[in-house]
Amino acid sequence: MQEETENIIYVRDLVKKFGNFVANDHLSFEVKKGEIFGFLGANGAGKTTTIRILCGLSSPTSGEIKVAGFDAFKETEKIKRNIGYMSQKFSLYEDLTVTENIRFYGGIYGISRKEIKVRTQILLEKLKFEEVKNTLIKDLPLGWRQKLAFSVAIFHQPKIVFLDEPTGGVDPITRRQFWEMIYEEAHNGMTIFVTTHYMDEAEYCDRISIMVEGKIAALDTPLNLMKEYETKNMEGVFLKLARNIE
Amino acid sequence: MYAVEVENISKSFEKVEALKNISFNVKSGSLFGFIGPDGAGKTTLFRILVTLLKQNTGTAKIQGLNNITDYKKIRSIVGYMPGKFSLYQDLSVEENLRFFATVFGTTVENNYHLIKDIYSQIEPFKTRLAGKLSGGMKQKLALSCAMIHKPEVLFLDEPTTGVDAVSRKEFWEMLKVLKNSGITILVSTPYMDEAELCDEVALIQDGKILKIETPQNIIGAYEKNLYAVKSTNMFKLIADLRSFEFSESVFPFGQFIHYTDKRDQINENDLINYLAQKDHKNIVLQKITPNIEDCFMSYLNK
Amino acid sequence: MKRFKGFVIKEFYHIFRDVRTMAILFGIPIVQLLLFGFVITNEIKDAKIAIFDQSKDNITQKLSQKILSSGYFLLEKNLNNYNEINQSFKEGNIKLVIVFEKDFAKHLEKERKANLQIISDASEPNTANILVNYTIAITNDFLKEINPNAKVPLQIIPEVRMLYNPDLKGVFMFVPGIMAMLLMLISAMMTSISITREKETGTMEVLLVSPLKPIQIIVGKVVPYVFLSFINAVVILILGKFVFGVPINGSILLLLGESVLYILTALSLGIMISTLTKTQQTAMLISMLVLMLPSILLSGFIFPIENMPTPLQFICQIMPPKWFIIIIKNIMLKGVGFAYVWKETLILFGMMVFFILVSVKKFKIRLE
Repeated sequence: MQEETENIIYVRDLVKKFGNFVANDHLSFEVKKGEIFGFLGANGAGKTTTIRILCGLSSPTSGEIKVAGFDAFKETEKIKRNIGYMSQKFSLYEDLTVTENIRFYGGIYGISRKEIKVRTQILLEKLKFEEVKNTLIKDLPLGWRQKLAFSVAIFHQPKIVFLDEPTGGVDPITRRQFWEMIYEEAHNGMTIFVTTHYMDEAEYCDRISIMVEGKIAALDTPLNLMKEYETKNMEGVFLKLARNIE
Repeated sequence: MYAVEVENISKSFEKVEALKNISFNVKSGSLFGFIGPDGAGKTTLFRILVTLLKQNTGTAKIQGLNNITDYKKIRSIVGYMPGKFSLYQDLSVEENLRFFATVFGTTVENNYHLIKDIYSQIEPFKTRLAGKLSGGMKQKLALSCAMIHKPEVLFLDEPTTGVDAVSRKEFWEMLKVLKNSGITILVSTPYMDEAELCDEVALIQDGKILKIETPQNIIGAYEKNLYAVKSTNMFKLIADLRSFEFSESVFPFGQFIHYTDKRDQINENDLINYLAQKDHKNIVLQKITPNIEDCFMSYLNK
Repeated sequence: MKRFKGFVIKEFYHIFRDVRTMAILFGIPIVQLLLFGFVITNEIKDAKIAIFDQSKDNITQKLSQKILSSGYFLLEKNLNNYNEINQSFKEGNIKLVIVFEKDFAKHLEKERKANLQIISDASEPNTANILVNYTIAITNDFLKEINPNAKVPLQIIPEVRMLYNPDLKGVFMFVPGIMAMLLMLISAMMTSISITREKETGTMEVLLVSPLKPIQIIVGKVVPYVFLSFINAVVILILGKFVFGVPINGSILLLLGESVLYILTALSLGIMISTLTKTQQTAMLISMLVLMLPSILLSGFIFPIENMPTPLQFICQIMPPKWFIIIIKNIMLKGVGFAYVWKETLILFGMMVFFILVSVKKFKIRLE
């Protein structure tokens, strides 16, 4: 069954060097369509480098990398058109209103004005944002911003969306509403690629890879990892992996 | 004996009411945590306590000193680590530490014993610029700088934000050591799991304190039976649990969904059968003890 | 005191570690000065002149030859009487006329001195001044050549007449002007940025919670820039004197003293700006807009103040650069002493005190 599922991200022997420093040392992994994939690692483990490559922002030194069916060496422009990106720090323009932000991001991806209007209406209804559609982002509560940021990141209906610490610091209830949105998109076939160093956030993912010093040290479902490392949460797994190297 | 006494403090900025009538006391020598999401008012509260802001109403005392009239005295007995690690990025580790020591009228040598455990971990990098340190190392340096003048009360505003799990763990171990040396520590954090490491926690949301208790008592006070549920299709599971006639709360929680029922006693097989009817496979249902986050949400829902 | 010293040392670290700051501090003055200097001196090649030689002997011919072969001058025509001088200036081609007196060679031989008149079109004051100086320099050279070992030196006495602008307004204005502008810009901008930077990075929070007094923070921020701006002022003066030949006729000590006063005024203005702004960006913008443009436009540096409409003239009075330009112009060009500039000095001093008072008053001991 699982073998038949399409690999939306395919990485074989990815190497990225900066001079003598090897940031990514022969990484190999796949992410399936509709999967929520957690990509973890300590500060400086090489996560950011990998994500830049997968987003088509940086070119790998060697390896075979396909994202949404496109080659990470030659087809970076096509990759960019098929992915969405959301980071907790920056996503929305604080001094623009809700609709202005949506229109702006829709415009970037070349969606027609008409289409933007239609989709904006649907989105506002779905988020129950109609009353605040002309409110500046900076006047919205943090949790609302996060939900909107996610919706904007997937406004152009990408095949993959990259989320960088999407729910750090958000109140627990909004946070769950956020994860429900993610579940829904994954259920409809979007692939979700989450990077975070908050382990409780990682536990929402279908599968998790943990990077340590430029290599993938573990890759499995959270439950299997907890079993293997004999701890009751992901934090324990992470601590065992990351502390082993010291 | 209380190190911090706060009575009915309110604080408003132009549009928002950041703190709404907050009162609490912190016992001397204890580790007190403020747990709440971003925007709950934690930073405003800390700034009032370290004399950077004035409250609109209410009184606050640090070691018996009034935070408005005695602000100068308070400034020399508190240590403060603001939300962003406030270090000079273009100064080296050692230069930062020396600078903060001289500003507080002491020397690194005088109080080295206080920060030895923390600082010794970053000392190998003492000539490196602070801007080039990793998050965890910045955090250790910022803590060393906040400790170097031997404060009586230490205020740490979200010290673990943006820091990886290993460094967070080490950080909390360091706080325990500091606490044992008699310093009163107030920490704020958006991470619920850190609550369990405090002596007492205040759950804070939208400028109000929901609860002040020891972590054990907060969990002990959770009245409902809490279940963790899992199946192969989590998205559908959430919807199906919500439409179950006795369902009270349904929250995704990592690999599981946390479920409470309206009834006091439930028959687990009822629920399993219901889910099986809805085509769920590999159903897992187990009764669990709640964690702080479950409790926090139950307070929010009240 | 130890706290204060530590603070100042830290400020020096910031400055020396920031390549961009250093570049601004030392690059801009040099580039600006050279730019202005170059633009102004640029036009002097092949200036058209006329010669009115009433003597026509071998000495005047040799001297004319030497002047014309210097590369700075081109002979437009030879004149035959005094009336033609005015006529040719009015035609507009000629920048300079050289008049040799009658019996030039004879006077030089018998009385060991002769008179040479240099008339120039001073409606372009800088050019006029430079041309005259060149002519005099060439003449002196010439004298040494023809009479290398004379016991009684030969003398050609030049009589200079500046037509149309006898006071030479604007001549050498660019060195005082640039000095006033740059010192203002650098001192005020740098301090305002360095304080707001601490607000942005959050380090100001920690400083506020420390026992440091506001005055210590303020003065600590200023001290390094006093040194650096002073070095800057000296660099500008040196460049002005040795590259562009701007004279320093008055007391150098007085000149430097006034510069320090002006620097302090600018720095306190910078601090005042920073106490009123929150981000580096606004501080920078305010410094640029409120300080740089007016100090160029309203200081009398480029446009004469007396030609401005009355409201603008009033605004000019509150521009510190205006007073500084008057002071250094007087000291450098006219060579006067303190007795002649004490009023302006007092005004600058008053402004500085005002800025400092406002800053200390406005400096917040809390965050709001």
